[in-house]
Formats: sequence, C-alpha cells, structure tokens
Amino acid sequence: MTAASLTGADAETKVPLKRRLKQAERARQIKALALVLPLLLFLLFTFAGPIAGMLWRAVDDQEVRQVLPQTIVALANWDGKDLPDEKAYAALANDIQAARAAGTIAIAAKRLNYALNGFRTILTSTARNLKIQPEPGTAKEALGKINPAWRNRTTWTTIRDAGGPVTSFYLLAALDLVRNADGAIVAASPDQAIYREIFARTFLISLGVTALCLILGFPVAYLLAALPPGRSNLLMIFVLLPFWTSLLVRTCAWIVLLQSNGVVNESLHWLGIIDAPLRLIYNRFGVCVAMTHVLLPFMILPLYSSMKAISPAYMRAAASLGAPPLTAFLRIYLPQTLPGIGAGSLLVFILALGYYITPALVGGAADQMISYFIALYTTETANWGLASALGALLLLATVLLALVYGKLVQGQQVTGGMKN
Amino acid sequence: MEAGMLRPAPALVRFSGIQKTYDGEHLVVKNLDLDIKKGEFITLLGPSGSGKTTTLMMLAGFEVPTHGEIYLADRPIKNMPPHKRDIGMVFQNYALFPHLTIEENVAFPLSVRKTSKADTQERVRAALRMIKMETLAQRRPGQLSGGQQQRVALARALVFNPQLVLMDEPLGALDKRLREQMQLEIKQLHESMGITIVYVTHDQSEALTMSDRIAVFNDGIVQQIDRPDALYEHPVNSFVANFVGENNVLSGTVDAFERNFCRVALAGGGTVTARAVNISGAGAATSLSVRPERIAIVPNGTSSDGANRLPAKVQSTIYLGDHALAVLDVAGNAEFMVKLQPGAHDSLTHGESVFITFRPEDCLALDPV
Repeated sequence: MTAASLTGADAETKVPLKRRLKQAERARQIKALALVLPLLLFLLFTFAGPIAGMLWRAVDDQEVRQVLPQTIVALANWDGKDLPDEKAYAALANDIQAARAAGTIAIAAKRLNYALNGFRTILTSTARNLKIQPEPGTAKEALGKINPAWRNRTTWTTIRDAGGPVTSFYLLAALDLVRNADGAIVAASPDQAIYREIFARTFLISLGVTALCLILGFPVAYLLAALPPGRSNLLMIFVLLPFWTSLLVRTCAWIVLLQSNGVVNESLHWLGIIDAPLRLIYNRFGVCVAMTHVLLPFMILPLYSSMKAISPAYMRAAASLGAPPLTAFLRIYLPQTLPGIGAGSLLVFILALGYYITPALVGGAADQMISYFIALYTTETANWGLASALGALLLLATVLLALVYGKLVQGQQVTGGMKN
Repeated sequence: MEAGMLRPAPALVRFSGIQKTYDGEHLVVKNLDLDIKKGEFITLLGPSGSGKTTTLMMLAGFEVPTHGEIYLADRPIKNMPPHKRDIGMVFQNYALFPHLTIEENVAFPLSVRKTSKADTQERVRAALRMIKMETLAQRRPGQLSGGQQQRVALARALVFNPQLVLMDEPLGALDKRLREQMQLEIKQLHESMGITIVYVTHDQSEALTMSDRIAVFNDGIVQQIDRPDALYEHPVNSFVANFVGENNVLSGTVDAFERNFCRVALAGGGTVTARAVNISGAGAATSLSVRPERIAIVPNGTSSDGANRLPAKVQSTIYLGDHALAVLDVAGNAEFMVKLQPGAHDSLTHGESVFITFRPEDCLALDPV
C-alpha cells in the first residue's frame, strides 16, 4: 500500500496493470507456441511416439496371454515348486483346442520358443495330437502321454513367465541374462549369450571411429579456423562435400577402393609394395575407415566453431609471455577447444553407436554392430520384443552419455565461462 | 657481445633500415631507423595504416622485417622467435586466457620459465598487489570489468621483469574517464619500476600525456621523433602540426624570405609574417599553422606592433566548460578556431566582423598540404 501511495496509484489500478502485463505476455506466448507447434506435432508423431512404442514393446508380453488365457489364470496361484495341478492341465488342453480352431497356436509357440528352445515343437505336436478334450481328471495324464515335456516343471514355468502382461525377459536377454525356473536371474547359456559382446564391440568401434575422427579432424578444423575467409570457405565446401552424396554411394565407393582387386590394392601391387592383395574390407579396418569418412564432418564442424571463437591474440600473448609454440598450444589453445572436442566426440560417438548400413556393407560377420541385430530382429525374425530391448539399452547408453556431457559443460560454465 | 660493449651508450632497441611489405608492392614501413633508450617511455603515434602497429609487431616478433635488422640489447633479433625475446606485451583486447583464473594468468609467464613455486607465488602476489587486485585472484577474466582486465594484462606483462614492455593501444576499448585514469597508472608504473615501454596509439592526447618521446608515423615513415612539448611547439611539417594538438591551417605563397622568417601572401587575401620551418624558398606554396590558443580576437582597428592582423567573421561559438572556442572565417578557412576564456564567447555574435592577431613566432610556415 505504501508503494502504491508513493506512486500515486491505488490498489485498483495496480491489478489491471498486472492483468494487462499477463495478457500481453500471453499473446506473445501463444505466438511462440504457434510457431513451434507444427514441428512439435511432427516430432510427437514421428519421434516421441515411435520411441515410446519401442520402449513399450521391450517389456510388453501379450502373445501367450491372448492365446492361452485359461492356462495363465490357472497358473496364477501355482507355487512353481512341483508340477501344476490337474486344473492347469485341463485349462491348457482347453486353450490349445481353442487356439487350434482360431489358428493362433503359432503366435504363442513363437514367443515360448524364444524362452525355451524346442517349445514350438512341444506346442504344435500337442495341438496336433490332442484330438478331443480329455475326460475330467485325466488331462495331466493325457498331455503327458502326448509329449513327456508336460511332465517337466520347466515347461510350465516357461508358460507362466511368458504370461505377461509385462516382462523383463527381452531386456534380460539383451544383457545375456535369463530367469531360471525358480525366478532367479542367471547368465544365459554361452550359445545364447552374444549381446554383451556385441554391445562391447559397438562401443569399441564407436570409440575407435571417434578417436580417428578427432585425430584427423582437429588439424583440418584448425586450418579452417586459421585461413583467411575466402580460402577457408573453399575448404569448408570440401568438408561438407560428403553431405551432397548419399551414404550408400560413399560406402560403396569404399568397396570399390578397398576390395582385393580394388584401387588401393592394385596400386600397392603395381608399386611393388605388396605381392598378395591386403585384406582391407569386410573386416574391422574397412568398417572403421568407412565410418570415419562418413562421420568426419560431424567432428570438424563443432571443432571449427570452437576454434573460430579463439582469438589469435591468445597465442600471441602466450608467445610474448615466453611460451614456446607447443607449450602455448597445450596450455592455452587446447583447453579452449575442449567444448568443441566434447561436442564433436559426443556427436560422432552417438551417431557411430547407431550405425547400421556401413558396417553391414563393408564389415565382416564379426564387425556387425548392435543396430544390425536390431534391424535383423525387426525385419527378418520379427522378434520385436528383443529388437526393442536392444534399442532401449542403446538409447539408455546414449542418454547417459549426453547427460554426462551436459554435466561437464555446465560445470565449466559455472566456474567462469569459456569466453569473455 | 664484445662488439656491443665497444659501442658507446648503446640503445636498448635499435631499428636499422627496417622495411616491411605484406604484398610485395607497397611498403607499410619505409626505411625506419629508430633508437629506443633504456628506461624510456616512447610512443608510436599515427593514424591507422601508418605502420606503427607493424613496427611494434616486428619488435615483438610476430612480423618479420622485409629488410633491415632490429637489435635488442645489441643482439640482432630479426629471426628470433617471440617467446625467446623476453618482451612483455599488452594487447588491445587484453588477451587474458579465459580458461585460467587471474592468478593463473599472471603466473603463466613464470610457469613457462619454470620459476620455483614459492618464488612464483610471491611474485604473483606482489604483481596483484601492485594493481590492487589481490582479492580477485581466483576470478576468471570474464568476471572482470574492462579496466580490471587491462590491469591484469599489465601485471602479467610485467611480472617476469621483461627488458622491454610493448603496449598495443591498450586503452582503446575503455571509456574516456577510465582511460585517463589508466594513463596515469601506467605512467606511475613506468616511473616507479624504471621499465622501458613502447606504446602504440592513435590518440595524440594519450601520447602527449604519457610519453618521454613520441615518434609520429605517417605513410610508413617516421615524420618526427621528439619530446611531447617539442612536438607541439616545433612540428617539422604540416602532418605533425595537424596530427598533434588542435591546429588552424591557412594556405598561401611565400613572398619574401629573410633569415628565420618569411612573408606569406594568403590565398584568401592578406599577408602575414611567419616562422620559416619547412619551405623551399620564395614563390613556394605553403601551409601556415597557428594554434588556437595563440590567437587573440581584437576589436576593429586595434593594432599591436609586429603582430599579424587579419580580418575575420564570426561563424559560431562553442562553450566547453573550462574554455570556449570561436569558429571564425579567416582568409577562406571557414573552420578557423580561436580558444577563448570561458565567458568571453558571449560578446561574439554570428556574422560579426572582428580582427585576429597572433605573433609571427606562433605562426609556422610548413609544407603545403
């Protein structure tokens, strides 16, 4: 009130002022929202939606529940220590006959076969041989006679564990883990345990490609930042040239160059350096070379922008203060390029993690990265659950990396900012 | 070294026949010979493109002379890399390392010289005390004001006791008041520490305030090297007269030439007597230079013996607080300035006819502009 009386305005004129401010702000906010709305909707439908769907599929488990509903209900109260009771057997016999009529046996068989190899045969043979509904009280015996696997506890725990509606099965499988019959998480059998190695390989290749990009890109970015504008623009066009041709074309060009009778081998042979062609492609070397080539601009551009911001006066100042060129570079220049190195490395590393086409075309069987398997499970075997689980883990790794990077950059800003 | 010891009273820095060209076509610095004495504050003054900054950069080692040799303490340094020259430098935009604290910035020249930790600490503290910034040692350059940053840059350039300190328009980015304050601080540092400073500026008042000697550059040539007062009182040519201080120019032709004085017929009518400084002889064109504070406005008819007397028309008056200026039309020069006592401008009205007088000694006949 004192403030109001000081300015000569009473409380009534103050409220409308606040409201008017809000209205003015609202108009601006609506305008801003309207500007981003198309992109927001686009991203929602094409990006956020599919990712949420993928994440959901990694834990979604409905197939068995839909095909064998009574069995799942009957197994709900089973303690899992012994074979289930007669009621469960009768429910299963019911479900199988209903599913056979509906033609949905294969759906459940496929899902159960992921969890227990050979389950498809158990289920289809039972469905084929179970002509009539067994007399009440004889279902256990009848099913056991058709396939002895029904006298096995593991067969039943497999059905129970696949009962959904959500499961950790795919996520565990993506980490080479399974639940045993007692529900404990244990390592998968060695012939199934391949994903950890693939993840490790994916990270290793990405790390290698990132390091190569940094080593090759740093001098180029430095040159770009140091040259006068005219020539640096020309050089920049060369750096951006790869973006003008399709990824596929560039990758295939490497096949032409690196294959046994390709340009590189022929040249080396002609020069007398080698007698037999070197194996340059369909191995790790080819993958790293082709990926580095494709990803190099993503390293150079952030490096360039961070270097462009470093005034040449800093290096002159360092020299005038007595620092030899190498000392000046290491102590003055390099630390100031760290944000660029971080951004470029993160960008290249994350892009490399998800690489699919290049390793598929120029890599050998032992060089396929996680994306290859995601694609394989999505398009070839239609194992969407596992594909989604692998994708979710990859996403998690990427998000963690981005968070760590954000934390690092923020830390730098808090302690004083990189630019003055 | 022995040859150097034989030479009498060697200059700390000697530019000998220095030429510099960037494009191989025209010379930015044409034949520079310049000696800088130990303990001297010398300013390279000139308009942009006059070669003063290039000269400084050659001394610092960031540019290589196309021809000639530079000696530092009698050692040729033309091909010596900057980091070996032991020259401290203060840059126009401070060039403080943004990723290091103030303390680390000041310690940098000591740490690259592998000075012991205790010694470094002590000298950094002393340097920060000198610029009165001990309390801000842990800040980063981005958190300081322009004046504070410039002080740190100064401390950093002095902390390793270089034999020479170069300053490349160090105050150009500061506002006027701060600039004047820093001028005095730098001057005091120079006097108390006895360091040799080579200072580059295009601001003539800054040069006059601070320097022991000023080298006026134009067109790649040193026009005049002299003490500030000598430069102002006795400019050797029209460029120096116009560049250093306020100046009125009247153009004319030399009529008669007698010892140190000459009669000049003005292009706009009238004749005056002037000191002959830079004229080739009778009949030559000349530009006369008269300082605004050496002129008096007198009422019509009044005459003083021997003084030059010219009719003038008042254009306008400018009040500047501590003094006032009258803008007159004198012999075709419509921007002829006369400095007045404050208050004296009130009596002048636009269009009024008056006379101006000035002594022949205060009027210099220089080369035509």
